Amino acid sequence: MNTILLSILVLGGIGIIGAAVLFIVSRRFYVAEDPRIEQIEQVLPGANCGGCGRSGCHDFATACTQASTLDGLNCPVGGAPVMAKIADIVGLAAGDATPMVAVLKCNGKCEFRPRTSAYTGPASCAVLATLGTGTTDCSYGCLGCGDCVDACNFGAIVMGPDGLPVVDQDKCTACGACVKACPRRLIELRKKGPRGMRVYVACSNKDKGAVARKACQVACIGCSKCLKECPHQAITVESNLSYIDFNKCKLCRKCVDVCPTHAIHAVNFPVKKVNPEKPAAEATAVASNTPQA
Amino acid sequence: MQQLLFISPSPHVHTSNTVSRCMWNVVIALVPALLCALYFFGIGAAIVIATSVVGCVLTEYLITRFMLRQPAQIGNGAAILTGVLLGFNLPSNLPVWIVLIGSVVAIGIGKMAFGGLGCNIFNPALVGRVFLLLSFPVQMTTWPEPLVNTTSYPDATTGATILSQLKMGLIDPKNVDLLNGLTGQMGGSLGEVSAIALLIGFIYLLCTRVITWHIPVSIVVVAAAFSFCIGVDPCVEILSGGLLLGAIFMATDYVTSPMSHRGMLVYGALIGLITIIIRQWGAYPEGMSFAILLMNGFTPLINRYIKPAKFGERSKK
Amino acid sequence: MKTFSKGGVHPPEQKLTAGNEIITLDLPGEVTLMLGQHIGAPAKPVVAKGDKVKRGDVIAEAGGFVSAPVHTPISGTVVKVDTVKNQQGLAVPAVYIKADADDAAADAEARKNAKPARTDAEIAALQAGEIKDIIKGAGIVGLGGATFPTHVKLSPPPEFKPEVVIINAVECEPYITADHRLMLEHPDEVIEGVRLLARSVGVNRAVIGIESNKPDAIALLQEKLAGATDVEVCPLKVKYPQGGEKQLIEAVIGREVPSGALPIATGAVVQNVATAYAVHRAVRYGEPLMERIATVTGPGVAKPGNFLFAIGTPLTTLIEAAGGLPEDTGKVIGGGPMMGRTISNLDSPAVKGTSALLIFSQGEAQRRPIENCIRCAKCVDVCPMGLEPYLLSTLSRLKRWDDAEAEKIVNCIECGSCSFICPASRPLLDFIRLGKATVMANIRSRKS
Repeated sequence: MNTILLSILVLGGIGIIGAAVLFIVSRRFYVAEDPRIEQIEQVLPGANCGGCGRSGCHDFATACTQASTLDGLNCPVGGAPVMAKIADIVGLAAGDATPMVAVLKCNGKCEFRPRTSAYTGPASCAVLATLGTGTTDCSYGCLGCGDCVDACNFGAIVMGPDGLPVVDQDKCTACGACVKACPRRLIELRKKGPRGMRVYVACSNKDKGAVARKACQVACIGCSKCLKECPHQAITVESNLSYIDFNKCKLCRKCVDVCPTHAIHAVNFPVKKVNPEKPAAEATAVASNTPQA
Repeated sequence: MQQLLFISPSPHVHTSNTVSRCMWNVVIALVPALLCALYFFGIGAAIVIATSVVGCVLTEYLITRFMLRQPAQIGNGAAILTGVLLGFNLPSNLPVWIVLIGSVVAIGIGKMAFGGLGCNIFNPALVGRVFLLLSFPVQMTTWPEPLVNTTSYPDATTGATILSQLKMGLIDPKNVDLLNGLTGQMGGSLGEVSAIALLIGFIYLLCTRVITWHIPVSIVVVAAAFSFCIGVDPCVEILSGGLLLGAIFMATDYVTSPMSHRGMLVYGALIGLITIIIRQWGAYPEGMSFAILLMNGFTPLINRYIKPAKFGERSKK
Repeated sequence: MKTFSKGGVHPPEQKLTAGNEIITLDLPGEVTLMLGQHIGAPAKPVVAKGDKVKRGDVIAEAGGFVSAPVHTPISGTVVKVDTVKNQQGLAVPAVYIKADADDAAADAEARKNAKPARTDAEIAALQAGEIKDIIKGAGIVGLGGATFPTHVKLSPPPEFKPEVVIINAVECEPYITADHRLMLEHPDEVIEGVRLLARSVGVNRAVIGIESNKPDAIALLQEKLAGATDVEVCPLKVKYPQGGEKQLIEAVIGREVPSGALPIATGAVVQNVATAYAVHRAVRYGEPLMERIATVTGPGVAKPGNFLFAIGTPLTTLIEAAGGLPEDTGKVIGGGPMMGRTISNLDSPAVKGTSALLIFSQGEAQRRPIENCIRCAKCVDVCPMGLEPYLLSTLSRLKRWDDAEAEKIVNCIECGSCSFICPASRPLLDFIRLGKATVMANIRSRKS
């Protein structure tokens, strides 16, 4: 009897002392945190990808609670639905969040861009980029070692059979990791466009036309035909390279038709002439983004 | 058209040394000890080592082939080396099925579970050995007498090692025959008995630059010094048990030992110290395996805090 | 025998051309002179299309303090000022010059029997500043391969006092023998250049560091210097990367360059032996840097040799001189096998830094497959800077730049010993180089 009593007393006593310590410590060192931060974190994807420009989801949630407006705060992964939920939690209007997608500004497939040397070394674009032009004569184009594939946290980029990375627009969250990973800065976040329809220059070569063309058949040669054709002043040509401003582009596709090297791509548009009502097959749209002449 | 020129970052030449050459060199260095084992323990030693090697290689092959679905890399000799080392740490009359369990644990848990070659924290052969020691203490601590029965496998005559005899107070340390310790005519795990054979292997490893002297020498020196300080005969401590085998072949395992020379000295010194502490005050007569495994666990910490001296930092301050 | 204390490797020496006398190649009919042949700002062209130029004329002047002018080795007409694809295929500015048939004979004669521009007495009377000005005007850069403008190195910041000039005649890279032949065939000229360099920084002590695999050069120079007190020869144990500036200083005078400091902090000014020879040409003959010696070699090359050629000559001419490109050529390297850069464009012109062309077959060109790191610590053993290459490489691959900076990644001299020694053929240096560049950029942006 005594033994039982003693055990209960000792163990209970230890328990009470422990509880008291815990209570005091939690009171003494309590860090006041906005409860909304945790709520927001609940609705965030939790990938900590940094696509919002913050160091992680917690950081982003904190920023949301402290901001006076949600403009400029956007979780590219969660997109509009998540931002709407966050807007509810913090009681602000959701900012403007246009869906974006990563776009490769190079179309130097093996068939268009002859290989001029071979590479032996680690499969890293960053390493290959230090060796001059890489394995082709184009010193601006895709190196094809897949640093963007490695950088993508969402499995949205895979290496295509023709040596170029392919972005899966449904998986792409526009977090921008691939943009930073590419040593030649070939990936741009562009407006996804209505039903994924977008027009862009699939080339980054700033060499003079003849040089660029010699290195790659589908290079932009800076001829400015698109510039003259565009009715919306969306196109600029700088250092022999055309660029389409996706905020001004009205998707008329006039530039696509005049480009002599087929460097301007229009993707996800309904197939012309054959059957105007039927949209192009979405799944293969980006993979086979050959210009539709 | 002419073949394309290769481009690559420098350097453009490479040593002829390879991972597999390192591994095979260690295996070659183990040959003298293997011959001694065969001489003293006969067919039993051969069966145990063969079983352990086959077990290790088969385990690695099956795991890489069917679980990781990668091309198997048996040719680099790492699994064979683990097998030989595991076999060296076992008594020569250990039942075959126990040896097999040991090799599965060594490769499966000790190495592949961490990600394969180069990723393991603990020495695979020692993981296998310690697993067996804790699981089958009786079988693992009965050693056949050397040279008594070398032609048949199930061995009737068994005896204890010098260390366990000392531990139990069965013999007087003064009566230990050190010459037997050198040649290897004593009871023990089959690879650990002959100091001379192990030293020949050590010299071979040094000459082929597979290992540096730092770890083995620091282990032996500290073990000897510490045992002398606590009044134990250093020669007995060094020549008996697995100290030399451990110091030369187990503690120097590339993967689980520190990277810098200074780190290696600290690592070796602590192994020597812990071994003697376990032998002297612990429950087990033998402490080498535990000491090495313990220090394996500390290797990342040693790498973190003990760095090589950087060029140009000396003249500062 | 002296050497540096930390790390180092000993790759097979392969000095195939050590016994081949220097062959002088004829002046080419056309040269292409790149404007950025040195470290620092590219030179600014001072000629235009159609201009007539004479051998030795300045065609581009220095583009800043850390820069060097470029001279033409042939007389002729400027064809155009345009871009040229460099050895790595990148377009860089260059001046194209075509020789006039009438001037070719005169050029060849001037080259064969150069007339001294200064007498012994005039040379003896030169002040330190005057020597420096001659060197600066002659466009001399470090000819070991780094091509750092020599006059900059001879003008250390005022807080440092030069005590000794160390001449780098180590030639620790396998295969290359150009400096070795230079010392054997022009010992007196080299010694004069060394003395001029020493005078230009106001010291009266110079040490020529030579690795002991060139015993003939050591003996010859020691014989020539018998009794001399100002210049001495220091034989060094053969170990790569002894030609690294920091390693050489430590090997010769036993002082370590403090981490992050300039080598001059030890009081040593290091110059290459070929640079010393170029200084002699500039001072004695008034000849700017427009020619140099390079080794064209490789296991499969038909006629490997050491060639004196005009800068701006197409690389193909050099390769032809060595018997042409072998059938199964897999790689052409500008420089030695440890630190040289691969060349993808053989039509590009030779530059001031072209110290060697090394030709490997397809088999030798390719890297071995990468295996798992077995943590053998050999990279740590051989690192001459006392770094941990396995760690730096991993940190760089994981983009942990701050950690890499704390581990002193910027101390790396990119010698390649770690990649060379790795039994698992891991691309250690490739990633360390990336990390070093990133960390240095980070440090610069923090400062500004």
